[in-house]
Amino acid sequence: MQSLVIVAHGSHLNPDSSVPTHNHADTIRAVGAFDEVRTGFWKEAPSLREVLRTVEGDEIYVVPLFISEGYFTEQVIPRELRLDGWDVSEWDSDGLSASHTVLTATDIDREVHYCGPVGTHEAMTDVLVRRAESVTGDPDVGDGFGFAVVGHGTERNENSAKAIEYHADRIREMDRFDEVQALYMDEEPEVDDVTDYFESEDVVVVPLFIADGFHTQEDIPEDMGLTDDYRTGYDVPAVVDGHRIWYAGAVGTEGLTADVILERAEEAGASIGNALEAVRERTRSTGTSDSAGSNEPAMGD
Amino acid sequence: MTADDVVLSAEVFEAFRTAIADGPIDFDDLYARYDHETERFEFETTETTRTGLSEAGLHEAAEEYASYITNWWFVSSVLDDRSPDRVGFVRWLEAASEHSVPARYDALASGVSRSWGELHITATIDEFGDRSYELRHEDDTNVSADSLDAHSNPLDAREIGTFDERDRYRPLRTAPSLPTGWVFSDLSAIEVCETVDTFYPATIANWYRESDGTLDIDHWRDTAERQTGIYGIIDELDEAAVNRIAASCCVDSQCLKRREWEYDAETELAADGGSGVFPCREPCSLVVAAARKWTTLEREEPQTYEFELTPSEKEQLEALIDAVADDRTDDIREADVYEGANRYRARYLREKRIDEHGNLSGTPTHPEESEE
Repeated sequence: MQSLVIVAHGSHLNPDSSVPTHNHADTIRAVGAFDEVRTGFWKEAPSLREVLRTVEGDEIYVVPLFISEGYFTEQVIPRELRLDGWDVSEWDSDGLSASHTVLTATDIDREVHYCGPVGTHEAMTDVLVRRAESVTGDPDVGDGFGFAVVGHGTERNENSAKAIEYHADRIREMDRFDEVQALYMDEEPEVDDVTDYFESEDVVVVPLFIADGFHTQEDIPEDMGLTDDYRTGYDVPAVVDGHRIWYAGAVGTEGLTADVILERAEEAGASIGNALEAVRERTRSTGTSDSAGSNEPAMGD
Repeated sequence: MTADDVVLSAEVFEAFRTAIADGPIDFDDLYARYDHETERFEFETTETTRTGLSEAGLHEAAEEYASYITNWWFVSSVLDDRSPDRVGFVRWLEAASEHSVPARYDALASGVSRSWGELHITATIDEFGDRSYELRHEDDTNVSADSLDAHSNPLDAREIGTFDERDRYRPLRTAPSLPTGWVFSDLSAIEVCETVDTFYPATIANWYRESDGTLDIDHWRDTAERQTGIYGIIDELDEAAVNRIAASCCVDSQCLKRREWEYDAETELAADGGSGVFPCREPCSLVVAAARKWTTLEREEPQTYEFELTPSEKEQLEALIDAVADDRTDDIREADVYEGANRYRARYLREKRIDEHGNLSGTPTHPEESEE
């Protein structure tokens, strides 16, 4: 019996935080790639401490729904899951290349395939692009458009910026958008000055975040000048300094993120049949858990 | 229907006969074996003992005591590859350890109900011994199912449990604030486990470990010392503070788990742990996050302030704290000025006793700083 466990942050304050995790779990359940799909959270239930004891399978794949390698993937998750003998060197990563490792979870005395985070997987680049297609409603968007990938910056986690650069480079290499730029919330080049960095009239802005919350729904829209007050909402696109800003909200809410979760598990050894194709098809036809342009305020945690 | 009315299908009998040929069955008051030398069957329940049976004789006995056979079939086929905790839970739902098979079947025919947190779960049985389950809020026990929102997908419980009756987010799934007005009907044994585990994640697994004597409890000190990052400071809290936390957050009025963790293995907390069915095995993330705030608050030294209040105003402050702590503010009627926590009463008190800087009785919070 093969089990997938998606682990994520969750929130005590914001009910939207865990929504992408649940949506992606539902997508993967629907394509039947695993005998069971479970979710575990740092801040919600079941906790990371107790999620493994709810798992019935003997082939267990744990995929962190996090953006970058760092405190959570390297310390919190292995500790809380009780992965015996975990050491960050297990991943032999340069900050972007963590793939998977096999360790015994002492809570259940069974082996667990512990995967790298979804945010650093190369397939995440496709999700960013899909997000641009979703927010513009144009499956061929690119020509005449600039693309900004937005992240925290290095202040909190050096690997966070690495992931932003990595995906920005990959989108640039596609030669699909006229311009591609990595922007940050707390360092240069800053998202506040988004229009200074683009010549294109139309710019898609996609934050590399898992869920919508304080940063993606309040900070970034206000910083970019989409709105003076996030509570009043903003237009998509919104005109700022003569540019049309297509603000997409957190990339992790895009349905195709389920594909990246599956890729991580497959690379760790899970046999998932044609689930990748099924998920790509399904998330294209059913659309996304769209939050762009939402007037709903949200609290961060 | 009673246990005597149970029908043994050809399929179940065949499975039963085949299983005995592989080895004896000894399950829930049913014992049956096949003697390969004599080519005869033995069949025994609490009500009968038959030996030297031919296959026809076995069939006759199995039909007569069909409840025992279908009961074995239910556990060996439906629950076969499920984890022991789920099997244990499904068996607990029908009080399997307390009653004989026929008595259980008689009871299941009209429905056996159990409480799990705020859930009211009813197991019933049909003439083939197949179980089905209904699940609703305990406050809806006497409500007609037709007037409740019908659900059949266990994962619907996720959304139902996300907000309380007043649409407030429920960060603690085991808080006693589950909304009413819904029902899950015709669930299978597997589905009822899924539904319960969605409303109250991991409670079945922890309950089972406890009943099995293997519940791993992480006391406060273990949990606090494990923390890193912004929560690394919570091990500063002393036993008295931890006791206040348990009394504030972990009693039955706030969480339906029964607190089994203590300050440490040697030091019990005086706060009431509650009487829930399922245990709490370590301080949860809400307690840890709140403890971080209390850790920083407890670093402050007490200070003596001088306030002027009338006796009624002092009592009103106490009433305000009580109303917030007991989540009663929304229940206090707008014009009920006899309640200290009434909005008009609170506004009047603020007008009278709090100055333009927000200071009670005009007394600054940090007198030295305000003098500078």
